[in-house]
Amino acid sequence: MASVQTLSRRTKARKLKSRAMIFLSGLMACVAVVPLILVIGYIVWEGLPALHWSTLVDLPKATGGGLRVAILGTLELLGIASCFGLPLGVLGGIYMVEFGGKFTATVRFLTDVLNSVPSIIIGLFVYVVVVMPIAQLNPGHGFSAMAGGFALGIIMIPTVMRTTEEILRLVPSGLRDAALALGAPRWKAMFGVILPAARGGVITGIMLALARIAGETAPLLFTAGGNRVLNFRLDRPIGALPLDIFNDANDPSQYLHHLAQAGALILVVLIMSMSFTARRFTRSKYVSEGK
Amino acid sequence: MGVVAAAKGSEPHSSPRSLRGFGWGDRIYRLVLQLCTLTTIAIIIGIGVELYVASRNSQHAFGLGFLSSSDWSENRQHFGALPFIIGTLYTSVLALIIALPVSLGGAIFLAEVAPKWIRNPISFLVELLASVPSVVYGLWGIFVLAPWLAAHVETPLSSGPFGKFPLFDAPPNGNDVLTASVILAIMILPFITAVSRDILLAVPRPVREGSYALGATKWETIRGIVLPYGRSGIIGAIVLGLGRALGETMAVTMVIGNSPKIHLPLFSPGYTMSSVIANEFNEATDPLHVSALIEIALCLFGISLLVNSGAQLMIYYGSRGSRGGDM
Repeated sequence: MASVQTLSRRTKARKLKSRAMIFLSGLMACVAVVPLILVIGYIVWEGLPALHWSTLVDLPKATGGGLRVAILGTLELLGIASCFGLPLGVLGGIYMVEFGGKFTATVRFLTDVLNSVPSIIIGLFVYVVVVMPIAQLNPGHGFSAMAGGFALGIIMIPTVMRTTEEILRLVPSGLRDAALALGAPRWKAMFGVILPAARGGVITGIMLALARIAGETAPLLFTAGGNRVLNFRLDRPIGALPLDIFNDANDPSQYLHHLAQAGALILVVLIMSMSFTARRFTRSKYVSEGK
Repeated sequence: MGVVAAAKGSEPHSSPRSLRGFGWGDRIYRLVLQLCTLTTIAIIIGIGVELYVASRNSQHAFGLGFLSSSDWSENRQHFGALPFIIGTLYTSVLALIIALPVSLGGAIFLAEVAPKWIRNPISFLVELLASVPSVVYGLWGIFVLAPWLAAHVETPLSSGPFGKFPLFDAPPNGNDVLTASVILAIMILPFITAVSRDILLAVPRPVREGSYALGATKWETIRGIVLPYGRSGIIGAIVLGLGRALGETMAVTMVIGNSPKIHLPLFSPGYTMSSVIANEFNEATDPLHVSALIEIALCLFGISLLVNSGAQLMIYYGSRGSRGGDM
């Protein structure tokens, strides 16, 4: 009888331990969410009071001013990066599906490598390849919107390429077969039938890639260079929100701290709205079928 | 799901690769696609090659001693990368130690315990955490985390009974190794949590049911069956997190205090490979200095390449193992 009692006591202890560990894991899940609440809370709490219409549209002045140049600069950089990164990413993804063969494993490994390279190294690479030669040809120049966009574009490629490839593989092969059977050449089958069918997923990949590069600071330090004067020339240095946040935060001026906080709020809202848009598009039929 | 799905690879596509019988349109089509892919490959290989070529000055001047010398001085024309390599490893490993219990516990809760209505919102919040840019974490680090840690963690520890303990034996100032590691921990937490959650979710049901049928409690099942089952994948996720921490630049640069010396205490300022590049590269005019900074980037490239390919391999074999059990 005694052994049954010890047994049941041991069972109880085991169950108690199980409960405790499960509770602990729940606690850890809550702890994981705490930093998000703290960071977002801080940005909203400090950034919102500093956010006026003038913060958005004013040009920077010697003491203070607004974020107009930085906001427009970020949008311009995203545009340049897209011009460069999107075709390479999307067409690269299509290549992997259409003609990849054994080559795909190598390409996939290399894009994984590119995805894992610290972004500051990509900035340094663009500096060595683009900025330095220009600076040697005509001193005083070098940093440019073009170089900044190029660096961000490189960072986009792996995400766009990988999602495009994965989504295209989810499109039922019957669609392609039907198009080819009707006598369409392969490029027409791809751009007229398959790609439109997978549109939602491709857009998701693009939005995710844009959301990722919008907040990148390190690759812009040695490429875009930063600028507080409004200009739209591709061969001149350009400002960007993350660069301004970085510089303003390190400045002793109280006003610039507020400006950095307001800028951070704008940047986070921009990035999160892009992530949300990406999620909306993910609900297209081929993606949900695949999961 | 991204990483796991990616690592699984995909079956060869059914389409014929030969273009015989196709028109000029398709030949041009293939050519354009090939060009795009080759451009990408050229860029990737070019990164390694260009960094190697651009750092040749410093390689010739210091040889392998570059990695083992801790003297970093422009005036003396001597550059050694050891303080930065140590600083990068120190902060990254410390960040991993801080993030590990939280993210593994969180992943276990999300995959094994939480009902769907809790799992989805928490997973969503954790993924939002990943989308906040580094510079915003840095901003929060400067104005909130660093002063708070200095006042409520570092001061009591360094003046308390353990004050002479080597790790705590430094005046607290907030901009130090500890703050940088905590920020890094917060930044890698979502990655480790999300990837290990996916790995745990991929463990097939019958494995768990068998354990329950033998009378194991929930925790015993998780500890003894589910975690070992997904071990290599989870280790991969952790190493992936380490890779993120190694290359992280902005947030660390903003709070680490920038001191190119090797200190042991947690409360003393440090420096990492990426932050010394971020801070000094634009000011560097001396060619040898520039070349030394590029060589640091080359080392960082090599380290992150090693760490990340290791992680990818582990996740690949991890998810392949669990798929095999599924069949």
